[in-house]
Order: sequence, then structure tokens, then C-alpha cells
Amino acid sequence: MFRSIKILRQHGIQYVPNLRTAELTSLFRGRPVLSGEVSAELATNLAKMCPSGAIQQAPFSIDMGKCIFCRECEFAAPDNIRFTNDYHIATNNRDNLIIKENHDNPIVLNPDLVRKEIRTLFRRSLKLRQVSAGGDASNEMELNAAGNVNFDMGRYGIEFVASPRHADGVVITGPITENMAEALQICFDATPKPSLVILCGTDAISGGLFQESNALNRNFLSRHPIDLYVPGNPVHPLTFINGVLDLIGRE
Amino acid sequence: MPMQDFSYIELSPGAAPIGLKTIPVLNYPDFAEQIAGLMKAETVHCVLYYAFPFNNGLKFIAILAVDATGKFLVFSHETTAGVTDLESITPQIPALHLFEREIHENFGIGFQHHPWLKPVRFSADRYQKDLTMNDYPFYRIDSEELHEVGVGPIHAGVIEPGHFRFICNGEKVLHLEIQLGYQHRGIEKLFLNAGSTLRRAVLSENIAGDTTVGHAVTHAQLIESLAGITINENLQKERAIALELERIAVHIGDTAALCTDVAYQFGQVVNEALRTTIINTSQLWCGNRFGKGLIRPGGTNYPLTVPVIESMLKTLDNTGMRYRDITDNIFTAPSILIRFDGIGTVTRSQALSIGAVGMAARMAGIPRDIRATHPSGYYAGIKYEPEIQDTGDVLARALIRNLEARKSIEMVKEWAAQLSPVTRHPSPIGSGVSAVGSKPSSFAMAVNEGWRGEIAHAAVTGPDGELVHYKIKDPSFHNWIALALAVRNQEISDFPICNKSFNLSYCGHDL
Repeated sequence: MFRSIKILRQHGIQYVPNLRTAELTSLFRGRPVLSGEVSAELATNLAKMCPSGAIQQAPFSIDMGKCIFCRECEFAAPDNIRFTNDYHIATNNRDNLIIKENHDNPIVLNPDLVRKEIRTLFRRSLKLRQVSAGGDASNEMELNAAGNVNFDMGRYGIEFVASPRHADGVVITGPITENMAEALQICFDATPKPSLVILCGTDAISGGLFQESNALNRNFLSRHPIDLYVPGNPVHPLTFINGVLDLIGRE
Repeated sequence: MPMQDFSYIELSPGAAPIGLKTIPVLNYPDFAEQIAGLMKAETVHCVLYYAFPFNNGLKFIAILAVDATGKFLVFSHETTAGVTDLESITPQIPALHLFEREIHENFGIGFQHHPWLKPVRFSADRYQKDLTMNDYPFYRIDSEELHEVGVGPIHAGVIEPGHFRFICNGEKVLHLEIQLGYQHRGIEKLFLNAGSTLRRAVLSENIAGDTTVGHAVTHAQLIESLAGITINENLQKERAIALELERIAVHIGDTAALCTDVAYQFGQVVNEALRTTIINTSQLWCGNRFGKGLIRPGGTNYPLTVPVIESMLKTLDNTGMRYRDITDNIFTAPSILIRFDGIGTVTRSQALSIGAVGMAARMAGIPRDIRATHPSGYYAGIKYEPEIQDTGDVLARALIRNLEARKSIEMVKEWAAQLSPVTRHPSPIGSGVSAVGSKPSSFAMAVNEGWRGEIAHAAVTGPDGELVHYKIKDPSFHNWIALALAVRNQEISDFPICNKSFNLSYCGHDL
């Protein structure tokens, strides 16, 4: 009894009060900024070095939909590339994930691209079914953390549910393996419509490190519109929660 | 058969690569007899047994670990083109069942008298491409009395996919079969075609997200061995700290998960918050909560700095104290103990026969811990005493987590404290990952005790020094069958707690 009271006292208040403005450590690898003039030679070398093919040499850019946030390009070209700790990097416009030179603006969601029914139906309650399709379980752990005592996204009525029948959409993690392709389709088909598709993590958005694998089957993505792209390796809980809040039109 | 009649090459942990030619090649009957003979001793277990295309045929490599000597024994067998059938060793040594199934799946070798050569993961480059996930041959019992329960591949929670097929008599589980492969990304092949040291390093961090550091360190050691790079003691110590932090975080997280499954919300919430403090320490160190980006062959981009060490020591002090308190609560509460005690038991002889490793061995009284038997890196200089339980049930697995987390917290505190005043960083560690050359026509391996158990990577290089084969083993590969054994004759409602108590990796198995 006394021990329990002691534990409770030490536990204290765990929740992050403001999920919109919480600050992460300066080392956190979020939105990159490209500055200065990058020579053609450097750009070629960086593009060649990038382990997931996220860097394009001309015009010089980093695609956060392919970037695994290893930061190696920044170590190689510290004068030109800097990963900021800005975790507000989810968007519904795939092109917005491509960071161009001398572009240091926040990543935003395009409200015109959001389907109308999403904000009327899901603004106050959003139940999601997560489907892991070849992920390494780190995104899954971060999505679980999004609902834990620290991040507590349940405060906005957002939570993960067990059955697709109860879900307003699917959250896909992993590059989508051939062996999981059918199960993913069956799960999505079982959700009541309209149903969201959220790609969570770089693997899901582009295949990431696994783009060239012959064990993938990403045809699902050409059959269904994508409502939200959430980059990360893994996605930080704050990135996910803020992206979803933007999508459903919450402050 | 006395030891001297065996034909193998003996390797120490962390040994330099050996010429591929120096690995003895045995004819198959001798090869099979040697594996079976050596593995009769319960202190010898199979780390890896695999095959890869070689000179128009296949080369089979067996790596056994001998606990008494702390050595690895490596020997091989070669087939010529057209060999399709070999006598299975599994009837004598059941621990090889999955290794033989993997060779069968990849190359079509028919192991005669193997109990059942089922697919392992429906690998993209499997021998029989016409078979798909839906063709998995489940064990069936035809009976009017029994029923089957299928669960997955998508599970109720936010976890990885796998299919569980139970055959039940009422509420009681007679048999559980676990079908995996849904997570298969062809990662071993990507290692071969990676084209750069950096790409392989980041791939190794993405084999299994909860074992990022474990696999990345193992990979880094292997690459360093092939390239002839030695790393300084500071970096070795930092890697050991990272490995132990990973263990602490997962053990505390699993303590929370075990509380969840017995409806002890207090324990769940407190432990989740404690796990957060540990993974946020990793984030403070390298910017990633799982340690991605931290481990690189030959160096690191994130040497431990004094502020990080100070924060780490403070966190471990506080978290260690709070973890002691909450686990004292958990392990003295009758309402919890009754849900752990005697549930999901795997006996010592079962664990030995399936070749269980890591926690799944130590919970059943088998002292298998690479940190103690085959230590490399920083562990080679310390004397680690493994935590052993002998009841083989959920309680034993929960207690091992508790004891190991406590022990690792103390170890990291000790190591980190030694680092801070003496060796101010940045130390001459180097940032690593520049392209490294590899010794040609060689074989190299690295083994580490991750939080789940032993992680093994093995590589073979060709005449030009390029990788021609890369093999990865996550401890889950050995241990999934332990879960199937644990739930036999249990209520099906105890499955979740049994599953959590092992917390095996799907992606680590599926690769």
C-alpha cells in the first residue's frame, strides 16, 4: 500500500500537455534544410551515397518519403545539409515531402486535398486499424507509444481498434510485402467506407530501404487514394499525432 | 566418438576471418554424424546451419557453439549440381528442424526422414515458386470433438503479422502451429546487393526494430573483422552500453505488457513511463529512440558526450529505483502471481531439444548467454553471470526480465561512470562507414547476446573481396517453437500472456 503510494508519487504527471508545441532534443532528425550552393560533384556524391535513394542531384533535393533519416548526408556535407528537430512533417501531398534547396518552411497539409467527409465524420472520433506489412516493428512500437500515458492521443478521440469493422481507416507500416499484400487488401475491404489510408513510415511511403526488394507487392497503393503520408524511420509519435490532427482538422 | 576424431575449425569470439578453404569439407554422412555427435552434449548448440550456392552446387556450413571452451566450431559439406536428397539430421537432433526446412525451402533439398519439411517464410527466392502463403500445410486432427481457432496474420493489437492456428478441445489448446513469413522483405539478398558499407549498416539497423543495436553491433563487428579494423576500448564500451540500454528498455516494456495481459493497469502504466525514460536516453544520445544511426562499422557519429553520460546516470538512478519498487509490487501480488505461476511451461528437456537460446533457454535452467560463454567486444573483459530460472513458465520469463533489467541498469551505471571523468569525448573513435575493403575468399562471423538471445551474422567473400553470401539469425528463429510448446494443454485464454512472455520477433524471423 505505502509502496504503491510512493510509486504513484514518483510517477507524477506523465502526459505531454501540448502535443502541438512539444520540443524534441536538438539531435532528433526531422525535416532537413538544404542551404548554400551545392556543386554538381557534391550532389552526385551525395546522391550516390544515400542508402535509400532519397537524394536527387539535379535539382538538388531530399525526398522525405524516401529518406530514412540516417543523417549521413549531413555528416558528409555539413555546410549544405542540416536535419532540424522539426517533427511536423506529415502531409497529404506527396510532393510536399520533397525538400528543395534553400527551402526552410514548415511542411503543411493541403486542406483542399482532404476529402470533405473526413473532417465532418472523423473530427471528434477517429478509430484506426493498423496493418504491419513488412515493418521492423519500430513504427508499430511508436504507434503504441502514441496512445500511452505520455502522448495519450486518446485525448482527441483517436485510437487503434482491434477489428477493421470498427475502423475508420487503415494505417500501413512497412514496405508491403508480397506475403502480406492479400491480408492488407482483405483488411481494408472490411472497413466501413469512407475509409482512410495512412502510410506510416518511410518504408510504407516509398519502400524506403527495401525499394529494390523482389519480396514486395505494393499494388494496393495504386488502387486506393492515400490520405496522409507520415515520414520517419520510425515515425515519432508526435509526428503521427500531429499529422492526423491536421488531417481531421483539429486545432 | 572422442573429440579428436572430429574435423572442424575452431574459432574464438571476435576472431579474424578465416580462408573459406580452411573450413573442413566433410562428405555428408560424416558431416551429419559429426553434427549429431557433437550436439549430444547439452553444452553444445547450433548457432547456424545453412547452405548457399557454390561451384554449381551448394555449400553447407554448420556453426556450433561449445559453452565449456567458449569456442565456435565450423565445418562444411559441399554438394555438386543435381543433388536433391540428403538424410535428415532432425530425427536425432530436433533443434535442426527449422534449419533443414530453410535449406529445403530455398534450394529444394529433400531431407529424408525429416518429420515435415514445411515452408519457413515463403521467401521470395524460394525453390517452389508456385506455392504461396495460402498453401501452407497446417497440421490437422480430424475429430468431431475438436475445433480450430485461426488468429492472424493481422492481430488485435498494433503488432507484427503472423498466423496462429490452434487445435482446441473445448478451452484447452492441444496444438498450436505458427505460420510466419508475412514480414519477409528479402533482407539477406539486399545485403549482398547493397553496394556500400553504409547501406549495409543501415539495413542491419532495420532487421528488427526492437533489436536495432543488437543486429547493428553484430553486423559492424563482422564488417570490422573482414576489413581488419580494430576499434578502441571506448567504442567497445559504448556499444556495450547501447546493447544494455536496449535490453533495459525492452525488458521494462515487456514488464508493462505482461501487466497489461493480467489487467494490472498500474504496473502497465508505470512501466510504460519507465521504458520511455530509457528510449528517450537513446534519443538524447543519437537522436533516435531505438538507437538507429548510432552503430557504424569502424566508428560512430555519436560518441557519448559528458552531458549525455550525466543525463544517462541520472535517469538510470531514478528509473532503476522506480523499477525496483513497481516490480516488488508485481512479484509480491498474489493476484498477479497466480496468473504467471505454472502458466505456459516449457521444460528444460524441451528447451534443450528445440535448441532454445537466450531468455527462452535461461528461463528453463539452461545457462546459455553469449555474454558469459562467448563474449566479444567489451564483454570479453568482464565476467558476466547469467540470470537463470528453472521453472520454464511465464513467471520465470517475467523474473528473468526483472532481474536482467536491474542488473543491466547497474552495469551501465558502472560503465558510464567510468567513462565520464577519465575519457572526455570526442575520443579518437572515427566516424566509420567509409568504404572498407574485405579479405577475399574468406568466412567471418559475429555473435552477440541481444536482449532476446543470441544474434548471429555470418558472411562469405568471393575472390574479389565482395560479399557472396550473408546470413542473419535472430534468436527468434530458434525460439518460436518454444511458444507453441508453452501453450499445449493451456487454456486458450492464456495464449496472450504466453506470447507476451516470449515477445518474439516476426521480422527477425522472416528477414
